[in-house]
Amino acid sequence: MKDLAVRVENVTKSFRVYTDRNQSLKAALLAGRRAKYEDFLALDDVSLEIPRGTTFGLLGHNGSGKSTLLKTIARILTPDAGRITVDGRLAAMLEVGSGFHPNLSGRENVYLNGTILGMSRREIDAKFDSIVDFSGVERFIDQPVKNYSSGMYVRLGFAVSIHVEPEILLVDEVLAVGDLQFQEKCMEKFSEFKAAGRTVIVVSHAIDQMRTFCDQAAWLRNGKVIDVGDAMTIVDSYANAEHGVRRVESGGTRFGSGEARISSIEWLVDGADTRTTRTGDHVTLRLHYESDIEIPRPTFGASIDTRDGVFVWGHHSLDAGYVVESIRPGVGSVDIEIPALPLRPGTFDVSASLQDHAATHVYDALQKAVRVDVLHGTPTESGGVTTFGSTFTNVSPPRPLV
Amino acid sequence: MRTNGPGRDDLRRAVALTWTLAMREVRAQYNKTVLGRAWSLISPLVTIAVYSVVFGLIFAGEAPEGINSGIQNFALWIAVGVVSWTFISGAIGVGMSSLLSNSGLLTKVYFPRAVLVVSAIIATIVTFLTELLVVVVIMAFVGGPRVLLGIPVLLVFVLLAAIFCTGVGLLLSIGVVWFRDIEYLWGLFSQVWMYASGVVFPITLVAQASIRLYESGVSINGEPIPLLAIFRLNPAEQFLEAFRAIIYHFVTPPPGVWLSCTLWAFGALAVGALVFRAKQSRVVEEL
Repeated sequence: MKDLAVRVENVTKSFRVYTDRNQSLKAALLAGRRAKYEDFLALDDVSLEIPRGTTFGLLGHNGSGKSTLLKTIARILTPDAGRITVDGRLAAMLEVGSGFHPNLSGRENVYLNGTILGMSRREIDAKFDSIVDFSGVERFIDQPVKNYSSGMYVRLGFAVSIHVEPEILLVDEVLAVGDLQFQEKCMEKFSEFKAAGRTVIVVSHAIDQMRTFCDQAAWLRNGKVIDVGDAMTIVDSYANAEHGVRRVESGGTRFGSGEARISSIEWLVDGADTRTTRTGDHVTLRLHYESDIEIPRPTFGASIDTRDGVFVWGHHSLDAGYVVESIRPGVGSVDIEIPALPLRPGTFDVSASLQDHAATHVYDALQKAVRVDVLHGTPTESGGVTTFGSTFTNVSPPRPLV
Repeated sequence: MRTNGPGRDDLRRAVALTWTLAMREVRAQYNKTVLGRAWSLISPLVTIAVYSVVFGLIFAGEAPEGINSGIQNFALWIAVGVVSWTFISGAIGVGMSSLLSNSGLLTKVYFPRAVLVVSAIIATIVTFLTELLVVVVIMAFVGGPRVLLGIPVLLVFVLLAAIFCTGVGLLLSIGVVWFRDIEYLWGLFSQVWMYASGVVFPITLVAQASIRLYESGVSINGEPIPLLAIFRLNPAEQFLEAFRAIIYHFVTPPPGVWLSCTLWAFGALAVGALVFRAKQSRVVEEL
């Protein structure tokens, strides 16, 4: 027998969807029953085995049953049929900071929330400093949490949840909290979790994250398991089938209806396609396309993100007022001129798209297909993502410069 | 359902959680008010004052003479009733709405659901005990320290009343999830119940009323309507009799009151627990 953390056997769960919801006695008495409803089958005979020590992703559209499955494993919902066997201490992070009391201080809420999540008082005493340190709200720990910013609230909630250190952790869409720095901290903590041989079961829409984060995944559709297996394979086939997102051999992903495609992106400096460039370079961004149809008044677009995914710049031909009568079937290209690249040294991803005249229908979007390293150039400014070409002047009272 | 079913660890966790949630209620209750916990004494005090003026002074209600205490004071007599009644109706009220008001928690974390009802009632007990303490201290000054001997029995009846309220609270907390009307019905019902429990008048008046009705020709099979007997079927009335016996009269409640309070407490708990167990797994979906 395999070493399983969670075994889901033939679990079925249906909800009542009220067509005429009325939680009043009068309605119940008049209608002879409480309300009209239909049964909605959220989980239909689902069976899964989640081995100990894996990071297991649940994929699917809204309404596919993935969150219901997670809640059933967490015992928040009870299955109508089937059984779930959980081996080990389990904690669910379905919403960080649930159970925080606005009038109580951060300190009191750490104890309260920790107890709700299953920690003993002694455990919380031992971990308290680490929790506060992780959350970064030391200065406000004795203030009522209603005075916290939403970021602080979420960080403190997350810090408590992650310190429960269960053998099995259930996570629902909470990877996307806080700023980048905090997210990195979280990912680090999750990595520690994995390294310690704990099991993580995660539901997320961020499929890129799922690909790298999970070892195994299950794909659900309409309450049924479509496929289970290696995360890479499952995420790719899910993305392909459900979103039309396909991985591109040369890098990046693409989605869109596909009648016309961005075939490649060139980053041209002095006429040569390069992947290293300098601040201040004159760059020509050349988008090559191939089209099977004639597209009237096409909209070309391009955008640049930092490696961490911060959207730095985007532009498209509709906003630029560069409206071409049409493109014909065949191949071609269009150039975007950047006279002096205002990016500071770093690594950036370039994306491009081809849309219809109103920029509402996507023929093709080639995302993060080209990765460019920006090196030191001119102007040299001190920090950040971009340069402004800024200057210092007007010291007051006037002093001679050296 | 699962191999790692409720074990001792789960029980320990449930007890710890109940206690923490109860303390959360207590601490958050009068937070940010200038007078703080004093409010928990001020509001019953005002109620007692109003009832004393209306029913004692204007309606010329007379308090019975305390059997062992020798006290005969309408305000003190009514104080015991008001404090006890406030506890019973308050505990049932908070128990009833505890599932609805914590729906955010219920849908995000698993824990035994009854924890919410019990912790809400425990928080009310804390308030009740502070009020009782004040009343007992006053009684000790007015009627003598003999009242202190009754404290163990008093605590037993506080516990019985709490068990009774927990049972009713468990039942209604489930009911209100399915039918929100119950919350409003309860508001009306508790008013009627208060008068039916003899909070503001002695039950000797009820016996007199039954005789007056008989004299004016209202009867069942030629017998007076047994208003007093009907009155004493009311569990809240029985608990009030018990609390008054201990705190006002300085006597141990009669065996009949012991018996009925015990039966009501465990009967309510049994019914409440059964209904709660049968329905708790679907509560989250219905919220």
